[in-house]
Amino acid sequence: MEGGKEKDAYRKACGIIEMDPSDLKKLGAWRNTNVKVTSPHGSVIVKAVEATQGPHPGLGYIPMGPWANSVTDPNTYSTGMPTFKGVPIEVEIAMNEPVLSSIELVQKKCRGEI
Amino acid sequence: MTKSVTDVICPFCGTLCDDLEVVVSDDGKTIVDVYNACAIGAEKFMHAQASGRVTRPRMQQPDGSYKEVSYDEAVEYTAQMLAKSKKPLMYGWSSTSCEAQSVGHEIAEQVGAIVDNTATVCHGTTLLAVQDVGIPSCTLGEVKNRADRIIFWGCNPCHAHPRHMSRYSIFPRGFFTNKGHKNRKMIVVDPRNTDTAKMADIHFQIEQGRDYELLSALRVALRKEVLPDTVAGVPKEKIYEAAELLTSGRFGIIFFGMGVTQTLSKNHNIDEAIMLTKDLNEFTKFSIMAMRGHYNVTGSGQVLGWQFGYPFCVDLSRGFARYNPGETSSNDLLRRGEVDAVFVLGSDPGAHFPISSVKKISELPSVAVDPHITPTTEVAKLHVPVAFVGVEVGGNCYRMDNVPIDARKVVDPPEGVLTDEEFLTRVNKRVKELMEA
Ligand code: SF4
Repeated sequence: MEGGKEKDAYRKACGIIEMDPSDLKKLGAWRNTNVKVTSPHGSVIVKAVEATQGPHPGLGYIPMGPWANSVTDPNTYSTGMPTFKGVPIEVEIAMNEPVLSSIELVQKKCRGEI
Repeated sequence: MTKSVTDVICPFCGTLCDDLEVVVSDDGKTIVDVYNACAIGAEKFMHAQASGRVTRPRMQQPDGSYKEVSYDEAVEYTAQMLAKSKKPLMYGWSSTSCEAQSVGHEIAEQVGAIVDNTATVCHGTTLLAVQDVGIPSCTLGEVKNRADRIIFWGCNPCHAHPRHMSRYSIFPRGFFTNKGHKNRKMIVVDPRNTDTAKMADIHFQIEQGRDYELLSALRVALRKEVLPDTVAGVPKEKIYEAAELLTSGRFGIIFFGMGVTQTLSKNHNIDEAIMLTKDLNEFTKFSIMAMRGHYNVTGSGQVLGWQFGYPFCVDLSRGFARYNPGETSSNDLLRRGEVDAVFVLGSDPGAHFPISSVKKISELPSVAVDPHITPTTEVAKLHVPVAFVGVEVGGNCYRMDNVPIDARKVVDPPEGVLTDEEFLTRVNKRVKELMEA
């Protein structure tokens, strides 16, 4: 994201979760609805979009960035590498909650406001 | 009138393209256009010029807002923080030149810091695997001229390294590959049907996290032993077919990315991928290469390697170099609360680390050196803006295949803005005074 991480383009590109159409249906969500993604390690609001590089029912994809890192598994199992992928998540509709910008998100999480 | 600078190096991804042409205004101050780069590369050059760029250091105030300070104050704060700290973490180093890294390491040695680079969250597990089993690799030039079997495992060069395929791996006509992509067979292993996967001759859409199984299965198939009906969601016929395809080539290469290094089996995946490469060498010539992300993360590993003997997670706090990923790695140190100050240069852990680690950084005395405003600079106590390496200052960088390339300066940095190396040199000098006092 060389265009600048404080810019809205970053939020639009990475503050999303790509989901399979069948999963969106199960959830009862339209495309481009805001959803709350929760893992054992945290939760975050992102926009649910239809997977462009699918299909893969049951698999959600959040691009690397602070949104993904709000829910990833920080355990490194003594390798130094957090377990970024393959984290079990739950998704629920959160129509009225906004997707924060990268900076707001990180600042608020750090201050313990969300 | 404008003039054009040729053979410019793109300081963005590990492909480190060296054929860019940048058109600059007559006074040599503004970039007008960028040719040959991919969209991300071009954006890096144009973004350097964006208005509203921060050109002076900023210190966080108690209410969370930022106030402009001078470079002198910034040097003083950084030097004091590092000199006073018992075990500071000096993290990043992937988006800067080898020259700057070297000065940084000198500071780290004096203050007894831990030096870690972005490999810790991307190819660190690769480095562990290489230490376990070695690595048969080659340069991208050899790939271009010779390779006719290409595997992309858990990586998506269409998006992450956009010119990789056109310059080296799939499309170019090389010495022994004069028909370009018609000479080559491409296999992609990815749980997602990525744009890269769509171009492949064979796409293994494996179950997420089952790379180890599939790698082992390929090794079994090479030996013509029996496989279960499906492995990792892939039917066995396809695995035998792929094994056949790989052994029939003259020169093959496995490129692998985050898809293998960040899943649960981590370094064991890479171990297995390297062993598969080794097995394939019984039949034909095969190499393997990590798709490094940041343009000079490879250089950081090199400089650390020749100065201290280890490529990342180097702990200098005891006065000699120790290395124990899992203990001396950034995320483990932050999780256990073992560091008492954080210095970040040339990376954005605020966006790339799990949020629990970012929170730890925000609670400690911290300095972020970065030309951009990033999530890291906005939680650090001090943000020091610097010139863009490869755009506003030259310096040495290492491509993903460990070939060093000198990046070029194209335009001047904004008035009064220091380079990484200048800032570090000043901090180094001040630290020396403080440590001797
Ligand atoms: S492929 Fe990488 S190095 Fe080449 S122009 Fe694009 S971003 Fe720059």
